[in-house]
Amino acid sequence: MELAVISGKGGTGKSSVSAAFASLHERIVLADCDVDAANLFLLFNPVNDEEMVFVSGHKAVIDREKCTDCGHCVSYCRFDAIDVRNDEVWINEIACDGCELCARVCPEEAIAMVPEADSRMYSGSFRKGKMVYGRLAPGEENSGRLVDLVRKQAKEIAKKENIATILLDGPPGIGCPVLSTITGVDHVVIVTEPTLSGLHDLKRAVELTHNYDIPTSVIINKYDLNEAIALQIKAYCSFEGLMVVAMLPFDRRVVEAMVHCKSIVEYAPDSEVSKLLQSACKKITHGWAVGCV
Amino acid sequence: MKVAISATGDTVESSVDSRFGRCSFFAIFDTDTHNVKFITNTAAESSQGAGPAAVQLLAGNQVQQVVSGEFGMKVKPLLEQLSIKMLNLQNGQHTILDVLKQFK
Amino acid sequence: MNNKKPGFTIAVASGKGGTGKTFISTNLFNTLQKYSYKVTLVDCDAEEPNARQFTGGKKVSTKLVTQLVPVIDESKCVYCGKCFEYCTYNAIFFVKEARMIRVLDDLCHGCGACTVACEPYGAIHEKEDELGTVNHYEITPGVTVVEARTKVGVHSSVKVVKEAIRSAYDADVVVLDSPPGTSCPFIQTVASADFVVLVTEPTPFGMSDLKQSVETLRHMGKPCGVIVNRAGLGTNEVYDYLSSEQLPLLMNIPFDRSIARIYSEGNLLTEQDDGWQMQFNLMYNLITERYGISCNKW
Ligand code: SF4
Ligand code: SF4
Repeated sequence: MELAVISGKGGTGKSSVSAAFASLHERIVLADCDVDAANLFLLFNPVNDEEMVFVSGHKAVIDREKCTDCGHCVSYCRFDAIDVRNDEVWINEIACDGCELCARVCPEEAIAMVPEADSRMYSGSFRKGKMVYGRLAPGEENSGRLVDLVRKQAKEIAKKENIATILLDGPPGIGCPVLSTITGVDHVVIVTEPTLSGLHDLKRAVELTHNYDIPTSVIINKYDLNEAIALQIKAYCSFEGLMVVAMLPFDRRVVEAMVHCKSIVEYAPDSEVSKLLQSACKKITHGWAVGCV
Repeated sequence: MKVAISATGDTVESSVDSRFGRCSFFAIFDTDTHNVKFITNTAAESSQGAGPAAVQLLAGNQVQQVVSGEFGMKVKPLLEQLSIKMLNLQNGQHTILDVLKQFK
Repeated sequence: MNNKKPGFTIAVASGKGGTGKTFISTNLFNTLQKYSYKVTLVDCDAEEPNARQFTGGKKVSTKLVTQLVPVIDESKCVYCGKCFEYCTYNAIFFVKEARMIRVLDDLCHGCGACTVACEPYGAIHEKEDELGTVNHYEITPGVTVVEARTKVGVHSSVKVVKEAIRSAYDADVVVLDSPPGTSCPFIQTVASADFVVLVTEPTPFGMSDLKQSVETLRHMGKPCGVIVNRAGLGTNEVYDYLSSEQLPLLMNIPFDRSIARIYSEGNLLTEQDDGWQMQFNLMYNLITERYGISCNKW
């Protein structure tokens, strides 16, 4: 079974919820799909046994030996990535989109497309089972495809190790990498917070899961920071037929747990937040072959 | 007639891959000769547009019917236009062999 | 295009979302406005712009941002497939056997390669296709908010963001609310800034993202400083990091339920609290004194 935790926007405490859910399972495959800012490995400190290079795309590079600075390529580039400076042709790697047109039109064949290969995917073991995560290098694109790879790897490991549950910690937002995270999963949990923008982002995330017909439930985190808005969110959820599986109070220990490289369930098992998360996890995995402990 | 099934591996024991565009392999089954061959889905590696690229791959292999978990919005109209039939298999727990038996 | 020089440009960024980036940029904007600067706030988080929930303003203009996508004239097409071969984005769907060719507009990056490929046959011409909009809002004369907004499903927000930043030339100070993360749109945004304000939280997650942002900015040669938000919730490790890396701590905002509440209701702290307004202004002065003059030389 695949369970994905997402949030309309960052900062709602999604990763803390994922970490808690992971700790609540006997054994799990945890896949950190927030490849732009992977962070669960910081908490669980996995021992990696595999590192894979992810080629995110290509960039044009000029071979100075061959280039005659004729400037033929400049006008072809639609991304304003080629400049002539002091009679020399330069490619701005930030602006280059990798379309390859300059390389095709260069009469000297002086431009080559080189892979961008600074992104990585890791897999390893941690105290609750197996972990897979991707790290996209700054400025590199195609996070959606890296998420696909992470999920694929997670599935393979789950099969090999005979682990029933895969937990996906999704990226923030509602863009392409989020779509890659939730397509085909069995359940999505949206973590939101009681702010007006939180409600707005929640609605957009719900639209997404409804479009894909995925069973969805909601956790309202830090609800007591603004109870009026929390109630508004709750009302919206019941109107949409979404189950609010937990309303978590603000608790400093959630952050302290993180500082101690633990999930809240490990750090303060008797706290109200931990208990609420445990019952939420049970509600969600109810009926699955292997649920929360 | 040729049927393509999205597969996670290149044997008949592998399971059906629920994703169409980004599956690892396609099993191509010829209902007349009962021959099965596996082709690598070269489209899976594309940074974008894997679905349409996979359609081109299958069309090039004279496939007339596809079995997979889901067909995206980009893919459906293209398959329709090429008169390739889509068979939606919810739940990717079946093996390729399970599916092949349906055609024999 | 105009040749006017843009004002001093500050980008407000954060490694991950939710650290309070929009909180900082909207309050900085509000403060500068109160101190009578001609200031423009550009919301570069084009996938989910939300700065205007805090600033308001009346819409004065909307500009469409487009790219050129190919249109194939099938009466001239000889189905050679050269355009398909030239397109590195899978945006041309081509099945030779079926004599079927289509442009998949959603996938097209508007690079123009297919048009070049088809020159011998002239079967391709181009049309404009919408990528998003740049919206201008006026609060008072000279005080504006520019919002970049990508159309849903568009592959990249870079062009819309660039266009939005470019249209903010008329101000003394430009504040850019940068997209989260360290992806392409972030790089494009900070590339046009004179100084970058990084907003972080004093947690291990915040630290890890901060380090990545700092490394990226160093690589680009951009000066930056750090605001620690929700201070007191977490560790002091971040301060050690700042001093060891010689990064200026621009502001320390303690975690405070009343601040959280003001933000949650879509209001501005500096509107309700003069002390904070002064702090934001002091921070601005500090930045311009240290980084303003050298940058204006260019
Ligand atoms: S290059 Fe021109 S003639 Fe050749 S297939 Fe493309 S559109 Fe048709
Ligand atoms: S303009 Fe570029 S991306 Fe668009 S279809 Fe043509 S070759 Fe492909």
